Amino acid sequence: MEEFVYDSVYLSSDDFREGRVLFEMWEPNARYAWDAGVAISRYLQGLKAAKLIGRSCPDCSRVLVPPRMFCESCFYPTDKWVTLRDTGTVLTFSRCYITWDLIQLEEPQMPAVIEIDGASSGMGIMHMLGEVDPEALAIGMRVRAVWKPPDERSGSITDIAYFRPLEE
Amino acid sequence: MTGDRVAVVGAGMTKFVRRAQETPKELSWEAAHLALQSCEMTIDDVDAVVIGTAPDAFDGVHMKSEYLSDGCGGWGKPLIRGYVGGGTGVFAAIQGWYHVASGLFDTVLVVCEEKMSSCQPHPQAAFLTIFDHTTERPLKPNLLWIFALEMNAYMNRYGLSKRDIATVSVKNKRNAADHPAALLGDPDITVEDVLNSPVLAWPVQRLDVSPVTDGAVALVMSANHVARRVTDRPVWVEGVGWNLDTAYWTNRDLSYPVYVEEAARMAYDMAGISEPRQQIHIAEPYDPFDYKELHHLEGLMLFDRGEAPRAAADGITQRDGDLPVCPSGGLLGVGNPIAAAGLMKVAEIFWQLRGEAGARQVPGNPKRGLAQAWGDLMQVGTVVVMGV
Ligand SMILES: [Zn+2]
Repeated sequence: MEEFVYDSVYLSSDDFREGRVLFEMWEPNARYAWDAGVAISRYLQGLKAAKLIGRSCPDCSRVLVPPRMFCESCFYPTDKWVTLRDTGTVLTFSRCYITWDLIQLEEPQMPAVIEIDGASSGMGIMHMLGEVDPEALAIGMRVRAVWKPPDERSGSITDIAYFRPLEE
Repeated sequence: MTGDRVAVVGAGMTKFVRRAQETPKELSWEAAHLALQSCEMTIDDVDAVVIGTAPDAFDGVHMKSEYLSDGCGGWGKPLIRGYVGGGTGVFAAIQGWYHVASGLFDTVLVVCEEKMSSCQPHPQAAFLTIFDHTTERPLKPNLLWIFALEMNAYMNRYGLSKRDIATVSVKNKRNAADHPAALLGDPDITVEDVLNSPVLAWPVQRLDVSPVTDGAVALVMSANHVARRVTDRPVWVEGVGWNLDTAYWTNRDLSYPVYVEEAARMAYDMAGISEPRQQIHIAEPYDPFDYKELHHLEGLMLFDRGEAPRAAADGITQRDGDLPVCPSGGLLGVGNPIAAAGLMKVAEIFWQLRGEAGARQVPGNPKRGLAQAWGDLMQVGTVVVMGV
């Protein structure tokens, strides 16, 4: 099959730095203002009031978070707002030492999927962990939301600063 | 099997490189030209064109398939682009299949191209928009997070170590040393090299990950009556399957890819496969990360859940093992130009089943192989089963 592999031309980073090849640069100016929608607007209002809000499906009885106006499993309208607790269980986590553009971080970011108490089993949201030794993180760890002070909350997922281990 | 019998009759590809001087159109032409040459056809023999290419944002070109169309031989022909994220490369072959199986076309040219290097400073920027704009993006996620989160869930569920998984990266980068198009073939890499590579997002380390790559791959697919005329070694498409899980990825069990299982069941049913572990002789599952090969082998039901790492450690998935897996060298070794990487897997099964894989040839005259890709928000599975 070797004869059916085209010998494409490889360029090195130096070819660009030293201007040995021709190219064109472009920076897009694209800005967006996304509507939060019906279900997520209510979710964000809840966050502003330091509450996690879910939504239940009358057909499969799942309590869904993030909330949604229809159940994607039953394809049926959901019908009840449910106030969840602000505690949960770490389903999985990472310790991330780089930014998306590969800049090294001294202290790792600790993203996690957290199953929220009061929602159905396996219903997690993505958030950050904090106030914990990165090496002490474990799947199954119980955590609680650390809310920003009321005057700093804006109706955003970042109204929860992070989740920290729960002393039980 | 539904519809007309469809065969792959030709394949061609470019070298996979970190940054190609060629434009996406030029890369597409190189692969398409060689695929046609491989079966002694010309563009006049092509009735329709299928293009696979991942996000427009990589190139900063809106409606990229229209941009690519002339390089893909699409001028004056029916043309379609399918896009299912990382699953696109194998899905393009599925689209090629149903274009012909439907009876609409006799011969279809399938071209997959990706040029990731244009996106500055890093093509990850194009991926950041897959996260939910209101509930996730304010947390400033980066793409590695979801792989790290999934890998950790998989390791935790089955009590796996990094060492259990690193063998996949070693196998694939070694296999790629025999691939003439490979970017990262390395015959001497060891498990220690992988375990000592920098931690990016634990448990993901540098050598667990496939590289940013530019490249293109093309196939020619024909109906039975044409295939038998142009080649004495057609490779038949026996089954296709694809499936999508919920976009609420934090609501899913990340330790098992149900959607891959559903896609595989669809393809196996169509191919009349009841015992995939006996009836599949070579597999090319999608391996953008080493754990993904294992995850996918389990979803494809080729190993029990949690058992693929042991099989890899025992050498079963080596090129001369009982079930050779990624004999090409996969994305980890050949490279990962997203859509092109998926189609490279289909091309590898084509070359392997024809006995044309050279130094990579799997022994024992394999009769049936499988290619699988995966993508979107870790939620789509695409599967093609081929046989001779
Ligand atoms: Zn429901």
